[in-house]
Amino acid sequence: MPRVIFTQNIQRHVACPETMVAGSTVREALEAVFSENPQARGYVLDDQGALRRHMAVFVDGILVRDRTTLAEPVAPASTIHVFQALSGG
Amino acid sequence: MSDTLLVSTRKGLFTVLRDGTRWDIAKADFLGDNVTLTVMDPRDGRRYAALDHGHFGVKLHRSTATGWEEIATPAYPEKPAGLEENDMWGRPLPWSTVRIWALTPGGTEEPGTIWCGTLPGGLFKSTDHGESWSLVRALWDHPKRPQWMGGGADLPGLHSVCVDPRNSRHVSIAVSTGGVWHTADGGETWSQRGEGMRADHVPPELTHDPIAQDVHCLVQCQAAPERMWVQHHNGIFVSSDAGRSFTEIPSAGPSTFGFPVAVHPEEPDTAWFVPEIKDEKRIPCDGRLVVTRTRDGGKSFEVLTRGLPDRHAYDVVYRHALALDPAGERLAFGSTTGGLWVSENQGDAWTCVTHTLPPVYAVRFG
Repeated sequence: MPRVIFTQNIQRHVACPETMVAGSTVREALEAVFSENPQARGYVLDDQGALRRHMAVFVDGILVRDRTTLAEPVAPASTIHVFQALSGG
Repeated sequence: MSDTLLVSTRKGLFTVLRDGTRWDIAKADFLGDNVTLTVMDPRDGRRYAALDHGHFGVKLHRSTATGWEEIATPAYPEKPAGLEENDMWGRPLPWSTVRIWALTPGGTEEPGTIWCGTLPGGLFKSTDHGESWSLVRALWDHPKRPQWMGGGADLPGLHSVCVDPRNSRHVSIAVSTGGVWHTADGGETWSQRGEGMRADHVPPELTHDPIAQDVHCLVQCQAAPERMWVQHHNGIFVSSDAGRSFTEIPSAGPSTFGFPVAVHPEEPDTAWFVPEIKDEKRIPCDGRLVVTRTRDGGKSFEVLTRGLPDRHAYDVVYRHALALDPAGERLAFGSTTGGLWVSENQGDAWTCVTHTLPPVYAVRFG
């Protein structure tokens, strides 16, 4: 199962512990996280479900560039990092 | 009279209390976070604070007996597939809450109703104290709404909501830019108001078009709701027919440009403004921070200076950063350079509470 790790900075707003979830795409993996932790959704995704403008998601160290569909495939051994971009204050 | 001020700043919410005759900061909440607007609901005393976490988006918090709790943030519905809607810059208009720019409790007979104005222009309504929010579709779907443009921000912003004290279903709102709009049925239908305002930053064909008006702030007199005041990008306008039409006030002390306006709750002819050099500078005229006051409906203005800095002051006072207490006696305002001033006598004299706050976005009595 893919591992999902959230930026430390989000933790003071909403607890997002490292977790292992089912999913074969970034979207599926994140949705699995948010189904257990619905408050976290709005911190990572905008109202339309796209990645917030200054958030950055990496799969095994590679930046995800399709920020709308989040259809990037993830392997069972993948690690997804949900980080902040340096842009955006 | 209220002894409490809620001061929303770039780095937290500061509660300022009056102790005897002295005002002082008593509490800091959300320290380090960007608090864009905080209001107190006079019907039940609850406070609502809008935060903008930048990376993590806009959030809304409500006071509890012991602190604060995060509640639902107004969220736009799913954008219809295939809908192409661009902002004035040709970029896709985000159907997403970019900023909360207005929080206004509903009328006394509708406890729990809160109105929320946002960028990119959506108006939201809650009927359960902010537990849930619904986009007011009739306004968002109005065929003329796509003509709204950015004013103080890149995107259209709905910053003023006035609930008519005679009938809570009568609500007027103002948009920068988009002018004044009104509903007489609680938001089911909307019509443009605001004839008579003038915009000189658009071509002549649009100068007097009500939808082209960059209203900075709209307020309504509680005792005489037909009286509305507008601080506009082009000056000061006053209405005596609940916003259907406005008359321009040609002069008001050092400048008619500014962002906030406050109207006395009982005296419709009494209003306050904070003038700035228009619009390419946006600093106080001659480095003197002053407040202007009219008591005769705009025929004449007093320039109020006692206790305010009279040289090298470059404070800007944003549209929500001037407050009048419900009794109409105490005034307070905060500035972009972290100053906070209070007056106990309708602006005749001012006391500086502090000048070391973070940039102040909003001041409200709480």
